[in-house]
Amino acid sequence: MAEILLAVERLKKFFTQKRGFPNPETVTVRALDEISFTVNRGEAFGLVGESGCGKSTAGRCVLRLIEPDSGGVTYAGEDVLEAGKERLRLLRRKMQIVFQDPYASLNPRRMIGKALAEPMQVHGLGDSAEIDARVEALLAEVGLPPDARWRFPHEFSGGQRQRIGIARALTVSPELVVADEPVSALDVSIQSQILLLLRGLQDKHGLSYIFISHDLGVVRWFCQSIAVMYLGRIVETGPVPAIFDDPLHPYTRMLRESSPVPDPEVRVAPARIAGEVPSAVNPPAGCHFHTRCPHVMDKCRQAYPEWRMVGQGRGVACHLHGA
Amino acid sequence: MSRGAAIAAPRRGFVHALRELRRAFNTNITSWIGLGVFLAIVLFAVLAPVIAPFDPYEQHIIDRLKGPDATYWFGTDAFGRDILSRLLHGARYSLVIGSVATVSAMIIGSAIGIVSGYVGGRVDLAVMQVMDVLMSFPSLIMGLMIVAVLGPSMGNLIFAIALTAIAPFARIARAPTIVIKQRDFIEACRALGFSDLRIMVVHILPNVMAEILVLGTLWLATSIRVEASLSFIGLGLKPPIPSWGGMVREGFEVILDSAWLSIFPSLAILLIIFALNMLGDGLRDAVDPKLRGGE
Repeated sequence: MAEILLAVERLKKFFTQKRGFPNPETVTVRALDEISFTVNRGEAFGLVGESGCGKSTAGRCVLRLIEPDSGGVTYAGEDVLEAGKERLRLLRRKMQIVFQDPYASLNPRRMIGKALAEPMQVHGLGDSAEIDARVEALLAEVGLPPDARWRFPHEFSGGQRQRIGIARALTVSPELVVADEPVSALDVSIQSQILLLLRGLQDKHGLSYIFISHDLGVVRWFCQSIAVMYLGRIVETGPVPAIFDDPLHPYTRMLRESSPVPDPEVRVAPARIAGEVPSAVNPPAGCHFHTRCPHVMDKCRQAYPEWRMVGQGRGVACHLHGA
Repeated sequence: MSRGAAIAAPRRGFVHALRELRRAFNTNITSWIGLGVFLAIVLFAVLAPVIAPFDPYEQHIIDRLKGPDATYWFGTDAFGRDILSRLLHGARYSLVIGSVATVSAMIIGSAIGIVSGYVGGRVDLAVMQVMDVLMSFPSLIMGLMIVAVLGPSMGNLIFAIALTAIAPFARIARAPTIVIKQRDFIEACRALGFSDLRIMVVHILPNVMAEILVLGTLWLATSIRVEASLSFIGLGLKPPIPSWGGMVREGFEVILDSAWLSIFPSLAILLIIFALNMLGDGLRDAVDPKLRGGE
């Protein structure tokens, strides 16, 4: 039985902002509406959904880069949200993040070698000779030449910068890495290199990932289990082969069918997901998906479906699979 | 990696940055002129005791109010003191007061601006309100008030000029801080457990330094001008100290008969302010496109 590394319990984050002039009204964006999931040790856990469904917010709340409103995050038995300053510092060494935009994620005025040495100095991981050796080892590990340490970010391509971002996350030897769309800003040919690198690190160091993505093809290859999010809520979770072979939620099915198949023989006109994503400011009553769902029933418009476990670690929130 | 490479490498980055700055600077001839004139004035000020033909306080009563000639290049004043010597020595006072005031304002102002922008929220709002109030006083009026209350001394003069310059530095440092703090690399710093102080000093400051330095050059000109103005109205350095503003004022009384008394110090003030403004404008042009398109 796999060990649970991270457990997220009813995590909630609403953003409020004032809109309008001269009489501003307060609007609430329901970025995360009580989502729960678990990540096993050594597993790549995918968090998928359309833009604005709250998947990046979820990743940042887990790391407490954004403070969630309520809920719980437990890392290896330790409460992350309750951790004080010192505990949080130690937890920061266990959990790291890789960003989407490699052009914004590196300090343009900082040499790569310094940027990689800094976290180890701050956390007191070895003397300067050890840190020096480790910087070199990290560069080699992510596939960059040793002289990269004397160069500045603008001297590198997007893919190389992403490698630097990964190396920076690895400086503190984390166990869990939140990868926030790590390849979606890159060319397809570079994407596979970065994914292979991440997969290699997973095998070598037993890393776990929270892999945030909107690309089902990538998630299918990279992740062992996934959660599908829609407007701030998780609509379906489960192990990867099962979810892709037999999606239970209509939204998951539509996502799967709208992702391209790399084989011209089996190409069919993709079943489109009708309509726009409703706003997270004012989600539809009942099931949030009912405005676009082909199987919509009367009760979908009235009540949000309850979460149901349907065997082998699979769960779904849909009236089609209700009692 | 060999030891040699470890030592050589940081220089490479620095030289590279300098070369880049020079390239941008090169497109602008006026900034080179500004830099040249300013450096020449600094050189004259430093060498004043050596190159000045006379002691700036020495009175030649027989030669009082003499026009420019071969002995006294710029003429003499009502006490028979050599104007050129007094100008050269006066440059030292102007430069010291101007630069000490500007550098202190630069340090304090940027610290306030970066902290305020980084912390944000109500603190930011309150701090910026205070800065707006400070900024609403013209620097001359502000300096006048402070010197009038505290008395005219070199220290008070520097304090007064620095106080008026804090607000603009706080503003110029705050604006880019707000932009930079939202970028992913700052979030990465937080995820790595860096302290706020480290983030501000190591990761934000170098990214706003260029703007601060440009404003510093322009404010050095303003500081020198304010010092001269205060000396002119008698609230600056006390005679017999040869301050440029004071010299203009002394010559003012006899301007119809002996115009050289105020013309030469006026020209000196004009020259240094022109030079610094040209230099500052050039620096701003050199720095700006790099910030916009550099990354």
